[in-house]
Amino acid sequence: MDMYIQPEYEVVRREDRCIACRVCERQCANLVHSFDPETGKMQADDSKCVNCHRCVCLCPTHALKIVKSDDTYRQNANWDGQTINEVYKQANAGGVLLSSMGNPKPFPVFWDKMLVNASQVTNPPIDPLREPMETQLYLGKRTVKIERDERGRIKNTLPPQLKLSAPIMFSAMSYGSISYNAHEALARAAEELGIYYNTGEGGLHKDFYKYGKNTIVQVASGRFGVFKDYLETAAAIEIKMGQGAKPGIGGHLPGAKISADVSETRMIPEGVDAISPAPHHDIYSIEDLRQLVYSLKEATEYKKPVIVKIAAVHNVAAIASGIARSGADIIAIDGYRGGTGAAPTRIRDNVGIPVELALAEVDARLREEGIRDEVSIVVGGSVRSSADVVKAIALGADACYIGTAALLALGCHLCRTCHEGKCNWGIATQRPDLVKRLNPDIGYKRLVNLVTAWNHEIQEMMGGMGINSVEALRGNRLMLRGIGLTDTELRILGIKYAGESL
Amino acid sequence: MKRIYVNEKWCLGCHLCEYECAFAATGLSDMAKALKGKRIAPKIRVEDCGDIHFAVNCRHCKDALCVKSCISGALSKGEDGVVRIDRDKCVGCLTCVLVCPYGAIMPAPDGHAAQKCQLCTDNTCGVPNCVAHCPNNAIVFEER
Repeated sequence: MDMYIQPEYEVVRREDRCIACRVCERQCANLVHSFDPETGKMQADDSKCVNCHRCVCLCPTHALKIVKSDDTYRQNANWDGQTINEVYKQANAGGVLLSSMGNPKPFPVFWDKMLVNASQVTNPPIDPLREPMETQLYLGKRTVKIERDERGRIKNTLPPQLKLSAPIMFSAMSYGSISYNAHEALARAAEELGIYYNTGEGGLHKDFYKYGKNTIVQVASGRFGVFKDYLETAAAIEIKMGQGAKPGIGGHLPGAKISADVSETRMIPEGVDAISPAPHHDIYSIEDLRQLVYSLKEATEYKKPVIVKIAAVHNVAAIASGIARSGADIIAIDGYRGGTGAAPTRIRDNVGIPVELALAEVDARLREEGIRDEVSIVVGGSVRSSADVVKAIALGADACYIGTAALLALGCHLCRTCHEGKCNWGIATQRPDLVKRLNPDIGYKRLVNLVTAWNHEIQEMMGGMGINSVEALRGNRLMLRGIGLTDTELRILGIKYAGESL
Repeated sequence: MKRIYVNEKWCLGCHLCEYECAFAATGLSDMAKALKGKRIAPKIRVEDCGDIHFAVNCRHCKDALCVKSCISGALSKGEDGVVRIDRDKCVGCLTCVLVCPYGAIMPAPDGHAAQKCQLCTDNTCGVPNCVAHCPNNAIVFEER
């Protein structure tokens, strides 16, 4: 440990409650806790603690808590403690700083600056417990010309669609970045819920081909694990152009995480670093993207929708317009608060734009150009609750991707040290003794519970607005009002200020 | 009958079950008060060997050797299938400890009798406490 850097968190143990059962010691992969046989007491090394709360949650007598250290540098509004520590860290190691999960900086959260409407008197609200309330929807192209066969019957020319029972999907998290058990939990939950999970760029483990009809497979710049069966087993194929947490850069899974299983799934040698290049080396234009979209469609006989995922960046609307014209069926937009298993800190914290603004811009632009029906829009990058989902749909999204929320359901405590590979909750790790801590029997039920609960809440909120289907809420920005927003923000979001009438 | 089964695949070796077992036997409501400063004598024991962990307790055998070998008639198999020990009858010869193939009977801490898992029918827990508190569903209570 760097002598310059003092522990950020302290382990507080209530001596009157600790029974020295040593559960904390056995459960900490960071080796914070230890037992001193001389005194018969537990002790802790604060400098190793990442504040993941595993010990706190498992302590049977609630003897533990983790607190932010009050040891501080001389107060300075410009040079805060973390900024100083980062300089020390880099001065010590000479490397790029790494971080995990989403951007934690105090940027505005636009979801929290929008309020939802409800019906009063003139247009009655609907009680979803007594009346039908539709959350089922389809994703895909809706541009269909009516064609008839020689006997005058209407031909089915509808492009392939994804059918969702709720406007929620699990976003891309690769096998490698998360564990086998985490993947199994996501796959089983998606199957039970009638939604989709996403393999991420790490290929699909052979055990999970049976969940194919609820699987979206990803084709990213590294092309890991992409082959005929992979594409054929999936319900949809996603081309990953960018990721909200690290727009403009690729990925790097260290060789240490390339176990035999991960190596087989990714189709790369064991122990070798898995590098995803920043660009797709065959895509430098919309025309190039179109070639890949159609290559994948050709390979799967035009039976599966193709998604193109991009990070929310400055010219997102123009890029989305290009994607809509490239033949893609669905555009996925990932905001700057989206999670990651590892990203350079400076990129994660400073690159990209909020997904709320990107979504509003993209939806407006596609409508203006008359091509909104060419694609469905899926947004992710910190969709934290059913209220965020409702607001996203009202802004123009067809569905939402949830990643961080899904991991939280599996036990993640957002300690943001995934890149160290020692996840105490068995999620972001490949160490067998840690992976087994996540029992998918428990995990998948918690995911099912989460999405079911959100779906109920979405129904309640829609009912309050007097709307009885997700389809009728989509792009219905009159259902939103801004609060604490500037004129520019209101203009971009395309909503009125709270209190403003039509 | 419903028995306690342990799935090695999910057992983390956290040893929480041992403490929950000892806690259940005290009948108290606060674990810190019940176990602080005490040496515990649980009836379930986690056996560890490297990365392999496995909790072991009484299997409540159909044809229980301990019951057959008990010289004082303290061990018996109830109609519910649970093998129980009557502390008042036990003379502490520990023959049962020697014959149990699973090592699931042990001398009670007071040294006067043997002790064994009775599926928490001898306390107020209702369901076996080790099962209720296993954080990874490695210990289950079910019919097989």
